[in-house]
Amino acid sequence: MKQYEAVIGLEVHVELATKTKIFCGCSTEFGGAPNTHTCPVCTGMPGSLPVLNKKVVEFALKAGIAANCKVSRYCKFDRKNYFYPDNPQNYQISQLYLPICRNGWVEIETSAGKKKVRIHEMHMEEDAGKLIHDEWEDCSLVDYNRSGVPLIEIVSEPDMENAEEVIAYLEKLRCMMQYLGVSDCKLQEGSMRADVNLSVREAGTRAMGTRTEMKNLNSFKAIARAIEGERERQIELLETGRAVMQETRRWDDNKESSYTMRSKEDAKDYRYFPDPDLPPIHISEAWINDVCASIPELREEKQERYQKKYGLPAYDAGLLTESRALSELFEETAKVCGNAKKAANWFMGEVLRLMKEKSLEPEQLRFSPGHLADLILMVEKKEVSAQNAKRVFERVFEEDIDPVAYIEEQGMKIVEDTSLLNDVLNRILDENPGPFSELLGGKEKVFGFFVGKLMKELRGKASPDTVREALAKEIVKRS
Amino acid sequence: MDFEKLTALQLAEKIKQNQISVLDGVKQVFDQIQKNEPKLHAYLDIYKKDAYARAKQVEKGIADGTYTGLLAGVPIAIKDNICIKGKKTTCASKILENFIPQYDAEVIKRLDSAGLIIIGKTNMDEFAMGSTTETSAYGVTRNPWNPEHVPGGSSGGSCAAVASGEAYLALGSDTGGSIRQPSSYCGITGIKPTYGTVSRYGLIAYASSLDQIGPVGKDTADCAALLEIIAGHDRKDSTSIERQDLDFFKSLNGSVAGMKFGVPKEYLSEGLEPDVKDAFMETLKTLTRQGAIVEFFSMKTTEYMIPAYYIIASAEASSNLERFDGVKYGYRGADYEGLHDMYKKTRTEGFGEEVKRRIMLGSFVLSSGYYDAYYQKALKTKALIKKEFDQAFRKYDVLLAPAAPYTAPKIGESLKNPLAMYLGDIYTVAVNLCGLPGITVPCGIDQGGLPIGVQMIGECFMEKKILRAAKCYEMARGAFPSPWKEAKEYETI
Repeated sequence: MKQYEAVIGLEVHVELATKTKIFCGCSTEFGGAPNTHTCPVCTGMPGSLPVLNKKVVEFALKAGIAANCKVSRYCKFDRKNYFYPDNPQNYQISQLYLPICRNGWVEIETSAGKKKVRIHEMHMEEDAGKLIHDEWEDCSLVDYNRSGVPLIEIVSEPDMENAEEVIAYLEKLRCMMQYLGVSDCKLQEGSMRADVNLSVREAGTRAMGTRTEMKNLNSFKAIARAIEGERERQIELLETGRAVMQETRRWDDNKESSYTMRSKEDAKDYRYFPDPDLPPIHISEAWINDVCASIPELREEKQERYQKKYGLPAYDAGLLTESRALSELFEETAKVCGNAKKAANWFMGEVLRLMKEKSLEPEQLRFSPGHLADLILMVEKKEVSAQNAKRVFERVFEEDIDPVAYIEEQGMKIVEDTSLLNDVLNRILDENPGPFSELLGGKEKVFGFFVGKLMKELRGKASPDTVREALAKEIVKRS
Repeated sequence: MDFEKLTALQLAEKIKQNQISVLDGVKQVFDQIQKNEPKLHAYLDIYKKDAYARAKQVEKGIADGTYTGLLAGVPIAIKDNICIKGKKTTCASKILENFIPQYDAEVIKRLDSAGLIIIGKTNMDEFAMGSTTETSAYGVTRNPWNPEHVPGGSSGGSCAAVASGEAYLALGSDTGGSIRQPSSYCGITGIKPTYGTVSRYGLIAYASSLDQIGPVGKDTADCAALLEIIAGHDRKDSTSIERQDLDFFKSLNGSVAGMKFGVPKEYLSEGLEPDVKDAFMETLKTLTRQGAIVEFFSMKTTEYMIPAYYIIASAEASSNLERFDGVKYGYRGADYEGLHDMYKKTRTEGFGEEVKRRIMLGSFVLSSGYYDAYYQKALKTKALIKKEFDQAFRKYDVLLAPAAPYTAPKIGESLKNPLAMYLGDIYTVAVNLCGLPGITVPCGIDQGGLPIGVQMIGECFMEKKILRAAKCYEMARGAFPSPWKEAKEYETI
């Protein structure tokens, strides 16, 4: 069999996290009873008119600039005409002729190393409503809450070759959007959606094969499976002497296969033309400068800073910056406790462990960085044992309790009370003459037995080191 | 009292002076409606009860100083493509037969706060597509001057209502002449304002880049006063413009002495009816006698105006009218199988012939492979036309043109040949393509007893110039008859 390679380009839709919709004042909040976040504009009522939400332009600019795009100083909205009930006007306001950003790139990293994926363009558009098919009543209902929620569509060049690269690219975009604060990019809520354009060609050749477009990919896993499936399907066609048809296919993740949605012959003529209701947008130099200034430190810069300034290993810096939420928690913790290295250890250990155990996303973390910092400081000052501290942190993680008060209440605070220690030590040795004579006889295991007993009795009020030291002294004294 | 002779401003003045009550003004309009409406059919919906209730409110409001405007207490009719909350708004189309908007158009809010009284919705060409009001799904409106003839269109109902005394004022909309041409056919005055002057929010769109709401009235002063009320920036309309010079009524003083008027030669060539041409030439003389300078010049893009207009207007219309699909409101076809059949039946049964013709034309010029050849070319042509108008305005204060090449055609004649009907818009469409303000003022009566109008066109934002010119001309011309009086009494100028 010949060697084949896949050529993959992506169209990614990202829902922008503006408070209100792109052309009206309705809320963009997810959920809500059907048709409660609607008005004449986003339900396409006759006589209503769109008014552009400036925040959408600002967010799109942020995304474009962060992805190294060229900003169109003059851009326009166009109407994309097609009939479907989720689209109340039967045209979608989008950008075809003059998209807001063009010609950018992002760098991805896979097992094969680093690579640039070029971005063809980014444009702004409105989302459609949602159709709900009621099987019981045998009818279809429309919910326009999502109608008019702002989107940017990010169109890549066909620069990817396999699922790993595609996932790396998507993760890169998601991370970038989250850092920029322009989208939460939740695949399950549909705030990030990807269509995959894929063709195959014989390895080493340059001409492009016929491509298909794959829709309905709702998770990274589905995307990876769809890419594998489509790659194999196309190779199979070519190997058996058949042709790949240019078409749009729909992925069924349950069946792990795709089927034709529409062929090239049925390709819709969207009759795009400039929307006469919306004047062109002039993006001034000053506006671009303002947006540039508002772009926060992104992941790569953060990773570098963590390594240089905090002396963290690359691996740790990578994990801590995977999401903006986690990195912010970490930085705040490090700042309050004044020890980035120790803070990083806690995050790499306890925080990530608990997140995994409880399957939480960084955005869902509820503990105050100050509380973790307090705990770290207490461990440093030997006011609490490391073991107790971990237990206390579980409560901090879950309920954000104040660890200082809690440790005090629970009597876990280490007070180096020598008279208490001596009293307890002497009592325990006296009460256990048998084991003690074994210890004196050289049975070292019994040393641990006494440390354990003492620690239990002292309930953490002395550090294990202190206890060991005192015990050792007493043995010398008594032997 | 002889109400019929009163203009809207005179009525408002008499109301202010307690010589007439608001209620009497409204009652007089309804009397006139009762008398004429069976013959004319200018209205699609009449709000008798609401209007009387509102009249009482306004009466009080005027007394307590809530309403102090120039037109407080005046009854007004609204073209049925302008949304009024809770009132059927059909665009004279079957597809919107049961559509009731949940909101008021911006102009309606402005009329309300100025204390005008809305008495009903007027007939029009379906979705404002047509020049005769015959494409209405709810029957034709007749010309008050002669019921055998059309009132013009698409704001034929509004113009017929004002001409027949069924309203003191009306709102129309003008996309390619839909205020100026029926005003001419009905012997009254109408203004198409500069694009962006009046909010389009709540106006059901025909061609968004060309549509403007404008006033229809008995004379220039009434129109100027009404325009002053409805004009103004509106955040809900992104094409709305912030202007400071909206005190139109005050601008009516002054003369035309020394003002320069330009007449495009091409407008007077073939196709212009002799009676209309004579009246137009007479108008030029009248203006000259007032000290105006009138010159002829060449407008080379004239022959491209109609094609550019119909391509752009139809393209936008094909998209604007997509929302009428039977899903959310309005008419839905019966006995359909599945979504696409529902769309097809709804739109086949819901739209009239002329609307379907323009949707098809518009869809065609936007489809891939034809976009550049038609739509894009039409936009370029529009830019050339605009450039030629800009050049003309470097020389002239106001351009003069007939409002239409002929007077009101007989009912049933125009729709036989749509292309010929389109050509009748030759003097009005360029004004919309270029966003200019234009006013039509009656200037004569043809041998058949039908009125003739002259159009005065200004540069963008130069409403005041055309208003001043129109007012001066009106005064020089003398009183113009009303159809309910014997038109014969009036000697053609």
